[in-house]
Amino acid sequence: MTIDTTTLSQTPATGPTPEPIFQRTAILRLPRSPKVIAGLVILAVFGVVAIIGRWIAPYSPNATDTQNWVQRVLVPGTGEGTPFPANYYPLPLPPSAAHWLGTSVFAQDVFSQLLASTQATLFVGLLAASIATVLSVVIGVSAGYFGGGTDEGLSLLSNVFLAIPALPLLIVLADYVPRAGSSILLVAAIIAVTTWAYTSRTLRAQTLSLRNRDFVEAARVSGEGRLRIILVEVLPNLIPIVAASFLFTTLTAMYAYVAIAFLGLAGAPTGSPAGLWNYPAFAWPSSAPAWRCSTSASTSSSIPGFERRGFRAVRPSRRASRRGRHWASRRSWAIDQRTRHLEWAPNRMWCSRSTDSASTTAMATMRSTRSSTVT
Amino acid sequence: MLGLAGESGSGKTTLALAAMRLLRAPALITSGEVLFHSRPIGGDGPKGTVDLLAAGLDDLREVRWSEIAVVLQSALNSLNPVTTIGAQFDDLLRVHRPGMPGSERWSRAGELLDMVGMNADRLRSYPHELSGGMRQRAMIAMALALEPQIMILDEPTTALDVVTQREILEELMGLRDRLGFAALFITHDLSLLVELADEIAVMYAGRLMERAPAASLFHAPRLPYTHGLLNCFPPMHGKRARMEGIPGSPPDLRDLPSGCAFHPRCPWALEKCKQAIPRLEPISGSGREVACWLHHDDAKVPAELAKADPRTEPRQRVPTLIQVSKK
Amino acid sequence: MGALLRRLGVYILAAWVALTVSFLLPRVVPGNPVAGAVARASQSGNCNAGCIKAIEEQLGFDVHKSLWDQYVQYLGNLAHGDLGHSWSENAPVGSLILSYLPWTLVLLGIATTVSFLGGSVVGTLIAWRRGTWADWLIPFATFFQALPYFFLGIVLVLVFGQTGTMLKWFQSLFGYDIYATTPGFTVSYVESVFGHAILPATTVILASMAGFILSIRNQVITTMDEDFVLVAQAKGLPTRTVIWYAARNALLPVVANFTIAISLIVGGQILVEIVFNYPGIGFHLYDALSKLDYTLVQGIFVVITLVVLAANLLADVVYVMLDPRARQAA
Repeated sequence: MTIDTTTLSQTPATGPTPEPIFQRTAILRLPRSPKVIAGLVILAVFGVVAIIGRWIAPYSPNATDTQNWVQRVLVPGTGEGTPFPANYYPLPLPPSAAHWLGTSVFAQDVFSQLLASTQATLFVGLLAASIATVLSVVIGVSAGYFGGGTDEGLSLLSNVFLAIPALPLLIVLADYVPRAGSSILLVAAIIAVTTWAYTSRTLRAQTLSLRNRDFVEAARVSGEGRLRIILVEVLPNLIPIVAASFLFTTLTAMYAYVAIAFLGLAGAPTGSPAGLWNYPAFAWPSSAPAWRCSTSASTSSSIPGFERRGFRAVRPSRRASRRGRHWASRRSWAIDQRTRHLEWAPNRMWCSRSTDSASTTAMATMRSTRSSTVT
Repeated sequence: MLGLAGESGSGKTTLALAAMRLLRAPALITSGEVLFHSRPIGGDGPKGTVDLLAAGLDDLREVRWSEIAVVLQSALNSLNPVTTIGAQFDDLLRVHRPGMPGSERWSRAGELLDMVGMNADRLRSYPHELSGGMRQRAMIAMALALEPQIMILDEPTTALDVVTQREILEELMGLRDRLGFAALFITHDLSLLVELADEIAVMYAGRLMERAPAASLFHAPRLPYTHGLLNCFPPMHGKRARMEGIPGSPPDLRDLPSGCAFHPRCPWALEKCKQAIPRLEPISGSGREVACWLHHDDAKVPAELAKADPRTEPRQRVPTLIQVSKK
Repeated sequence: MGALLRRLGVYILAAWVALTVSFLLPRVVPGNPVAGAVARASQSGNCNAGCIKAIEEQLGFDVHKSLWDQYVQYLGNLAHGDLGHSWSENAPVGSLILSYLPWTLVLLGIATTVSFLGGSVVGTLIAWRRGTWADWLIPFATFFQALPYFFLGIVLVLVFGQTGTMLKWFQSLFGYDIYATTPGFTVSYVESVFGHAILPATTVILASMAGFILSIRNQVITTMDEDFVLVAQAKGLPTRTVIWYAARNALLPVVANFTIAISLIVGGQILVEIVFNYPGIGFHLYDALSKLDYTLVQGIFVVITLVVLAANLLADVVYVMLDPRARQAA
């Protein structure tokens, strides 16, 4: 994922004083463009799924369908003719009437997990974006408005955060902070810490240019307080950028969440091994096209709707919708930590040179899980 | 020198760019022709007449700059910011003078800078290292590089301060007299044109409305709009007169009034003005053209628009080199 | 030089922050790695006081020293290139990382270069041919830009990989054939390395190129409205030259924003390495995490950060070379 960095950084740093953008009518005006309507509809579907997903899920996301769990595959290099005892790994089920999207390796219903995990993913995205936006507005606007030493310090801070690669930092933070796995609040906060800097820089640049515009000058001359000028004169003019950045950060945050969930660091968002449906396909070929279609169809369409709506709501302009299209979808799923071992254990076995305790433990876990469920 | 005047947004620049076929999408030239009557240069033999709108890209490229050069309003934006002035001369000469060796190109560029009063050392400078006036001079030098027959000057001095404006204009006039190119000078400043131009054309809402020798237009406008424009300038000498602006504001080009676009603001508008668009037609008995129903048929021409043409000693007339017509 | 030195200052500060974070986290956060290691050790046998002390020493935790002294020692060790000792691999972290780094750097370097150059060319052409068939590329670019790297990697493995199920065209596990070849300058090894790099590199290139294509396209479109491009056209310069004028200027903001791009690409590469079990630094970060080998995790984090900062500095230097205005300021 490479974010289209140019549109955001291309804020009109100079140029004519913008018209008052924050108009009530613009917000309340009903969307007319078919794209906006399509986006809104898709967003609405995902919103509804996020809210009621848990209750409409056909199975409990954690429940193991033991009766149907029959697929076992011999780990290559074990069993007869090898020095190792026979070792099996489980395979998920392909889609069926009972399991629309198939099952995970634990024979858990993937569709139910998808429904249940949408909520957490959306929640983490929005929460992280909210925290990051507040941070970036406070830091960016103060840096831009106050200038001088404040600006130097705060700009340095955001440049430093910008330069440190986000994902490794996120991984290290998420790994060390205890209970990060079980608290999505903490996960959101950690993601926010790694994503605020870019917006902050954009806002600083814009504030810097607003600060010297005539209407702000006029307010200053007429003796208004700093805080009042910032809140009444400057902030309303930043709203389009803030809104755009909020959506942008939401997407980044969801992506980051998915990434660390993929690594098994975000824990189970719903208290369940959510979103397993991604990885099993790696080990399990036959249903691959099916899940791929389903995931593409659902997730790739969800986010554009989201962002389009946001842009249109604040300032319906062609530029905005163009920008919206470029930030395309991010996916919204998560992988459970526990399956990670299961998935990777076979690979480690093939690799076979590593005899470390961790993978042995993983194998042991796998074996015990399997034997307890298969028999 | 032909002056092209009109309010902002009346289509002056668009017309000039359209003539060079430089308009960007979504702009579209639907019809018409731009006839370029080329003179033989230095014994190259006659080139005849080219329709720039119908010409092939290669022909067009050949005509561009070597015959018609453009100087735009802001020279800072006209010069490529990431290469030196010299490199930009070089690009130009390399394309249009394929046989010229590199050292000669460089010295030619130096000569050209010298011609506009700049030091040849400036070839090594980047645009951002030059002042606004210098950039515009460099741009003019570049426009002269291929000794074009026509120079389109699109508000070449607007972005500069008054003193620099004057310098550049004098420079330009001097060069024109020396090199003998025809110029299309686009500006909203009619009083400037009266000083500079041989002939002036006035545009309103995307149409040419009046065309006349400069002095005639200034002293005896035939078009109500021109009359209104001239009333905006305070006379420097003589008795104080009451200034009158033109009532109303320029029309929205997406939603033009019916008939003559100026009729809602015209004090002498006729019923016909609301219905039909007047064509630019010569007024009988004079060398000027106007698009106004007042000068048609037996309409009564108001006294303000019927002053006698001043007797002028005709300046050296430059033959019409470019002819824009709409079908 | 001033501007570059300033950037260098920012990067040094960023490096220091990263180092300090990786120093502090395991120490200030309850449930420290020592406890984890002790717990693990207890599983395999009894871990008595001596065992705990050994683990503490090994992990670089010394309860008898103040945090400050530990910090000074930590920075001192780093200055000597001593990143600690990895218990899971039983080797110095520094030399381990040195053995991982080439895999990552080569893959990352090639992929980033290809995607940046390719993205510039494609993006410029799409912008120039706006309104023609070239516009059809945009939805595809948007799609690939939207795909998380690891997802794209998994799909590629499924479709093209030998551990996948469909075409089985390319190697998709490990950095070379660990059964048939041994590392060395042999034809079979080099072939194997090359073959194994195709899919991971394709993943990173596809996912990152789309972003470059789109941002450069936007920039070129913006630049094409500039007067100097119009003038270049009016000058009768060949289309090639005119495009070059626009592209050259459009590159500037893209290079200036390289920080964001490189951070995303490195993040993506980590995930891609994990998907392919590619023996680079990202895969080993994941591996170390799952083994709870904190010394190794820390070391890898520090090194990744330094690599990214170096890449940023490189981008800054390139920017200064590309933009005469920045050169003057620099």
